[in-house]
Amino acid sequence: MFDQKELRRDPVPAEQAENRSMSALNPNISRRDFIKGVICSGATVAAAGYMLQGGQALAAASGTVERLVSLNVNGQVRRVDVLPNETLAMTLRYKLGLTGVKLSCDRAECGACTVLLDDMDFYSCSMLTHSVRNRKIITVEGLSSPSGKLHPVQQAFVDELGPQCGFCTPGQVLSAVALLKVNPKPTREEAALAMSGNLCRCGAYDHYLKAIMRVAGGV
Amino acid sequence: MIADMMRNFELYQPSRMEDALALLDRYGKDGWRMAGGKDSLDWFKDRVKNPKAVIDLMGIAELKGIREVKDGIEIGALTTLTEVEKHPLIQKQYGLLATAARRVASPQIRNAGTLGGNAAQDARCWYYRDGFPCYRAGGNTCYADTPEAMNREHTLFGADRCVAVTPSDTAPVLVVLGAKMVIRSSKGERVVEAKDFFIGPGVDITRMTVLEPEEILTTIQIPKTWAGAQFFFEKIADRQTWDFALVSVASAMFIKGGVIDRISIACGGVECVPRHLKVVEDIVRGEKQSEETADLAGQAAVRGAIPLNYNHFKVPLMQNLVKRAIRSA
Repeated sequence: MFDQKELRRDPVPAEQAENRSMSALNPNISRRDFIKGVICSGATVAAAGYMLQGGQALAAASGTVERLVSLNVNGQVRRVDVLPNETLAMTLRYKLGLTGVKLSCDRAECGACTVLLDDMDFYSCSMLTHSVRNRKIITVEGLSSPSGKLHPVQQAFVDELGPQCGFCTPGQVLSAVALLKVNPKPTREEAALAMSGNLCRCGAYDHYLKAIMRVAGGV
Repeated sequence: MIADMMRNFELYQPSRMEDALALLDRYGKDGWRMAGGKDSLDWFKDRVKNPKAVIDLMGIAELKGIREVKDGIEIGALTTLTEVEKHPLIQKQYGLLATAARRVASPQIRNAGTLGGNAAQDARCWYYRDGFPCYRAGGNTCYADTPEAMNREHTLFGADRCVAVTPSDTAPVLVVLGAKMVIRSSKGERVVEAKDFFIGPGVDITRMTVLEPEEILTTIQIPKTWAGAQFFFEKIADRQTWDFALVSVASAMFIKGGVIDRISIACGGVECVPRHLKVVEDIVRGEKQSEETADLAGQAAVRGAIPLNYNHFKVPLMQNLVKRAIRSA
């Protein structure tokens, strides 16, 4: 499924690349000044550090992506090898084992794969993992406390008998959490609108809505 | 579940405009500009579009944000639809755009999808989407315009080999508000009026906008012309969420003493481009805002419509929507 392929290609000739990486470090220092400075101070150790940084700056400047990325998932930094054409849902589910992320339509049309990025809800099936490198990812696994106490939304979903088959539930929970973050006291209509990006084939929409209203104190 | 994996591509995530433009120059037609990615990834998963290189523009800060300027507002093309919908100034002065943005797809899609991406999106004809070698895909047949084809969603006006319609909810609004689209390439910048930005099959059958492969839509400028006007937007779709408009209408009016002083009105979903209803504007300008005027406007709006086999229903639908826009209810 995951074809291995050459991923990095030097996008600019070496000479030009070097110049660019220098300017990325500090636009005011020319290459010559930089080398002079290194020789004068004899700071070879520091120079080695700069050269390494230079390599990274080059990648950032031209926009090629590294295979090995760090993702902030459920409060932990996870290192993972990611293909350029890999969706976040694939990474979370099949590489990090977070099976609360459901893959259903894989076309941004059902909401089963919903995750939170910086507290907003997104379809993880329709985002490239590389595009979420600097964001805080929360899946349903990251909602309950370490002691196992459910998040208030999860508890309300249980209390209101929200899930029937339960397949869409992780996505529903996360959409509800995202809503309550920006709007802690939604009206039923506002809640329905915010939840409209999540399908439930059991038709338990009313249960989910009731649960949200319960959390919001509107019961 | 998962029908297909995407084919391999090189992924670039430049953070500077110059780098993105250089990449587009290098790859030409083999490059793909990706904004929110909601449409792009579907194309790739379906393996209908298979670019060699995908240039993800979302890391370019200058393409994002909403700024108030002397003559109205400037919206970065990669500002998300949620940001557009929630922005206080847009809500207050250009409520039409906020309303239309809120009617796009679903909340999760609006959180990721961008205004520029929504306006410039490709046709939704399913024959085209399914990889049929139609005119739009570079072939020599239209699969939607045959006696038995499923063309319920297709065009009423301006068919020229292709019968696809503009699927965008924000495009008609941009035309109504007289927006200007700022486009940049490595050769420089040009500014195009929204009404000229969208092009029909008669101009170029393989694309929906004037954007060339090496160009990037950077900014959408909305002039003050219609700020604070009386707005009307309505989108009719089979489903309230996700679905594209069967017909939509967007209008801006200034009313003085019950008389329509100035008006701008356009429909989506009835032509390959947002249909600017100049004839309606001419008829109702200077007239009383009344049932009679609305009636006339509705009749004038659909004049010349040529329905296909399964989309006759769009004629009265469009007529009624225009009527409602004129009487603002």
